[in-house]
Amino acid sequence: MAERVVDRQNQYLRIEGVTKRFGDFVAVDNVSLSIFKGEIFCLLGGSGCGKTTLLRMLAGFESPTSGRILIDGQDMAGIPPYERPVNMMFQSYALFPHMTVAANVAFGLEQEGVARPEIERRVSEMLDIVKLGEFAKRKPHQLSGGQRQRVALARALVKKPKLLLLDEPLGALDKKLREHTQFELINLQEQLGVTFVVVTHDQEEAMTLASRIGVMNKGQIVQVGTPTEIYEFPNSRFVADFIGSVNMFEGRLIEDEPGHVRIRCDDLDSTVFVSHGISAAPDAKVFVAIRPEKIEMNRGATAEGENCVGGVVREIAYMGDLSVYLVRLDGGRMVRVTIPNIERHEERIVWEERVVLRWQPSSPVVLTQ
Amino acid sequence: MNDRGWFRNSILGLGLAFLYIPILSMMFFSFNNSRLVTVWDAENSPTLRWYVRLFENEQLLGAAWISIKIAALSASGAAILGTLAGLVLTRFGPFRGRALLSAMTTAPLVMPEVIMGIAMLLLFVALEQMIGWPAGRGLLTITIAHVTFTMAYVTVVVQSRLAGFDDALEEAALDLGAKPATVFFKITLPLIMPAIVSGWLLAFTLSWDDVVISQFVSGPGSSTLPMEIFSRVRRGVSPDINALATIMVLIVATGVVASTIWMKRQERKRLLEEQMARSDTP
Repeated sequence: MAERVVDRQNQYLRIEGVTKRFGDFVAVDNVSLSIFKGEIFCLLGGSGCGKTTLLRMLAGFESPTSGRILIDGQDMAGIPPYERPVNMMFQSYALFPHMTVAANVAFGLEQEGVARPEIERRVSEMLDIVKLGEFAKRKPHQLSGGQRQRVALARALVKKPKLLLLDEPLGALDKKLREHTQFELINLQEQLGVTFVVVTHDQEEAMTLASRIGVMNKGQIVQVGTPTEIYEFPNSRFVADFIGSVNMFEGRLIEDEPGHVRIRCDDLDSTVFVSHGISAAPDAKVFVAIRPEKIEMNRGATAEGENCVGGVVREIAYMGDLSVYLVRLDGGRMVRVTIPNIERHEERIVWEERVVLRWQPSSPVVLTQ
Repeated sequence: MNDRGWFRNSILGLGLAFLYIPILSMMFFSFNNSRLVTVWDAENSPTLRWYVRLFENEQLLGAAWISIKIAALSASGAAILGTLAGLVLTRFGPFRGRALLSAMTTAPLVMPEVIMGIAMLLLFVALEQMIGWPAGRGLLTITIAHVTFTMAYVTVVVQSRLAGFDDALEEAALDLGAKPATVFFKITLPLIMPAIVSGWLLAFTLSWDDVVISQFVSGPGSSTLPMEIFSRVRRGVSPDINALATIMVLIVATGVVASTIWMKRQERKRLLEEQMARSDTP
């Protein structure tokens, strides 16, 4: 496996204050982003968040109402899709049904006026890369979903674009194939060194593929960061809630020191002690977010001390690799806890058992917005 | 067989009888030796007499040839214009006058033919007086009139095909560097071709059996086959018309059966191939 080379100095794609309006509706709202050469950047968000519109503006199918898009330093304003150094892989794959696989892949090169022998060489090379060499003469309807996806990829990559845009690249595949294809896609990207911009609504897909993720909501980019940053250090309640699952408690700062804070939550019997400082006004309303896997759960009747609460198990979902517990706290709130099933013969905690939940002072994330 | 099966079959039988007995009796009487169309001459029938007479009838054959020419020309014209109209209506987004164009192109579907005929006639006469073209009425005017009313059908067929067409295909072609004209000729046109062909066939058939409009805009020596038949029938049905109609029905039936079988085959082949693709390894 080749190592991904991300050139952090090279802001290959720059989106500067781009806004797109459709009538009164603001699809993309003043988005600014820099994407580096060689990275896989994922735009992640729910449906209608503007991610696809942003992608279509990069491809040239929509033009921004205001703002600029620069690819490799070149302003894209007024440049039609067929003159952009960008290729796109469509969600529906958009393979030309009346052409063979080879003709589909060759189409882009023919438009460039590449010589026949050269086209044939590059097409067969590309088809070998996506392991479809023997399918060159088939028509798209003679292929399975995974094969079609790879034809679409080959067709977009054969032109050696500066930027490859992928619209929900794995959306149409079933779960097993999807996992397999994710890693293939990453390998391919590392091998060819093309910069990928991926649009997806699937957080798992974004987490596995991306070197960085931009989370979008209502036309705006709410957070940009590596998958770890987005998951462990969400900057808002929206991001914390959108990526993975989270237990969120509303509370007030009762002690605010540079090295730690204490928070009083109405739903929790104990105070929350967090071992890092935050920037918020004293006595401000804050939200404490704790991921389910960061909570320790033990049998026990009484909870003592900070970061420790008691409750009763109300629901259990056994998933094989881990189990999800819903615990009703003594104050009435439900809390989600996930426990990995490490031991096969372990006597697991069962319904209606009294448990004590505990977490490390470094685990909670304190959010002010 | 249960009661519902019995009911269903009798309805089916009645329906078929209602539709096809007239045609079958016409075919039957085309082999009748009698001069009177409805009197069966049991002694000398069946005979091919009327078929022989038909092929000696220069006037009818000439009219058939004129009809074929007009139908082919007007269907081609209608296919081109109808495709353009369909494209504009589905692909060019909301533009000024779109609703008007949409209503106007499809209006001939519901417009009484008599009115279309009169309107056309008045137009041609006025044009001739003003610019001297088209000079007189004949093949050209019939063709133009037929293009006008058959175009609507092509538009509707092409439009519905384009509506079920994945826009991403055209975008993908643009994205791969094809200019809009190339996209049209290499992607859009091949994919809507089946609709254009069926629109063409529809236009051909409509033109082929049109009497009313042709009647208004035809001139001396440009009688189409249906016009010729119509005028003969007014003088009394002669058995050679039966023979002619039988031939026409046979040609049409052969065409329809052949294309149905061909389409079924294609579909079965495609389904089979898709099944094979699914069972392949990813």
